Amino acid sequence: MVNAYRPSTIDEALRIRNETKALPLAGGTDLMVRYKNWAGLPPKFSQPVMFVAHLHELKGIEVEGDELIIRSATTLTELLKDGRVPEVLKLAVKEMASPLVRNIATIGGNICNASPAGDTLPPLYALDAKVVLRSVEGERTVPIEDFITGPGQTVLKENEILCEIRIPMDEFDSIFYRKVGTRRANALSKVSFVGLKNLQGDRIDDIRIAFGAVAPTVVRSRDAEKMLKGIKIDEIEQIYPSIEAKYAELIRPIDDQRSTAEYRKIVSLRLLRFFLLGKAD
Amino acid sequence: MKIEFELNGQKVSVDVEPTMRLLDVLREHFGLIGVKEGCGEGECGSCTVLLDGKAVPSCLVPVGMVMGRRVMTIEGYRKTKKFKVLLDAFAEAGAVQCGFCTPGIIMAVESLLSENPHPTDEEIRRGLSGNLCRCTGYNMIVNAVKLAAQKGAGLW
Ligand SMILES: Cc1cc2nc3c(=O)[nH]c(=O)nc-3n(C[C@H](O)[C@H](O)[C@H](O)COP(=O)(O)OP(=O)(O)OC[C@H]3O[C@@H](n4cnc5c(N)ncnc54)[C@H](O)[C@@H]3O)c2cc1C
Ligand code: FES
Ligand code: FES
Repeated sequence: MVNAYRPSTIDEALRIRNETKALPLAGGTDLMVRYKNWAGLPPKFSQPVMFVAHLHELKGIEVEGDELIIRSATTLTELLKDGRVPEVLKLAVKEMASPLVRNIATIGGNICNASPAGDTLPPLYALDAKVVLRSVEGERTVPIEDFITGPGQTVLKENEILCEIRIPMDEFDSIFYRKVGTRRANALSKVSFVGLKNLQGDRIDDIRIAFGAVAPTVVRSRDAEKMLKGIKIDEIEQIYPSIEAKYAELIRPIDDQRSTAEYRKIVSLRLLRFFLLGKAD
Repeated sequence: MKIEFELNGQKVSVDVEPTMRLLDVLREHFGLIGVKEGCGEGECGSCTVLLDGKAVPSCLVPVGMVMGRRVMTIEGYRKTKKFKVLLDAFAEAGAVQCGFCTPGIIMAVESLLSENPHPTDEEIRRGLSGNLCRCTGYNMIVNAVKLAAQKGAGLW
């Protein structure tokens, strides 16, 4: 059995993927840990792997019309260096892993890994990002919230490769991001929160809220956002209880070694309150 | 798979399983034992090497990924002027105790200074946040980096 492939073009990669179902390996920062073996022995992959991070068709950032295109094998370090990458995504990336890991970890790997604690996900949900998936049969574009279906679960087909992330280039007046972890570096999120807001005068023109690590997938409520749109800033307080109730229903955290469900829920709702009302209690 | 890359300035070629960790290939095939294994999971930084000039944890890098790229370990870096500056600064600041973390820290410092030749304390701490040290308590390391940035001004 061939254990690893190193295609030289994306077309070759798609062909290999179609024929062998080889597992794409981008930065390897999730896969090399997941399949770790004894020192000196190759990792215990249960299927062939295919290196993809060197493919130039998967590298780089570009603007097309009113969308920003980030190719999947762009590293987290490269994202931080590009002036066109949305600020809220950078705020999240800055707090991911460590500079060492960010030098190899890719955005595509973080998305496909589909961890509830995946830190690029809440910003990508809030920014209405879409992913472009390719196979030998063609291409499809899927909104991020339809791409991820559960912890570690996506709609990626066995013959597909994630090629691009497309982000509408919207601007926001107010950008709020918080990651709650045990320490600054190499700590996975207990809770993360994204809030984006645009005002027109004293009315809310656009508002986006997303929570990470508090449910099987990122929590974003279009209902709650709709209730907030168009109202005046000083009217938020009146409807706040019903907004909070909406999120409280969707926030279904678990207990794990990083934190407890109760702590996660309390902190999430405090962050929501802080973002909407400017006070935590 | 035959894997060719540049190691410490020389073209090399190995025929190994391409999913083998760069860490193991460096230590076992090339005898470069300055590259240490601590956690084996990307958390401690003791296995740090430079890949195209950037610090990466070699325990997470399958060797197939370095094909055609430049890898530098502490053994190669020792021959540079910058290393001499770092060596003196680390000695002066008392930033080495048991020394297990040191090769990895030196590689991370090189990566940091090449991006940012005059980092603030906060930037140094963030830059080295992927490298654990069980002995020094970090303050001496931060001081060593500041000293090196000052004495080696112009090198980075
Ligand atoms: C010490 C440490 C700290 C970390 N800290 C954080 C953190 O704070 N926050 C966080 O969110 N994550 C963290 N991670 C996890 C990891 O670094 C990220 O998820 C990273 O972005 C994964 O990217 P990668 O390229 O390394 O993925 P890989 O390991 O290469 O791949 C991950 C998954 O995605 C699939 N895949 C990759 N690219 C493609 C593609 N183009 N098409 C289809 N499938 C693909 C792979 O098959 C695999 O299933 C940490 C990891 C380590 C080791
Ligand atoms: S051994 Fe590689 S980071 Fe710890
Ligand atoms: S000097 Fe001992 S671990 Fe750093």
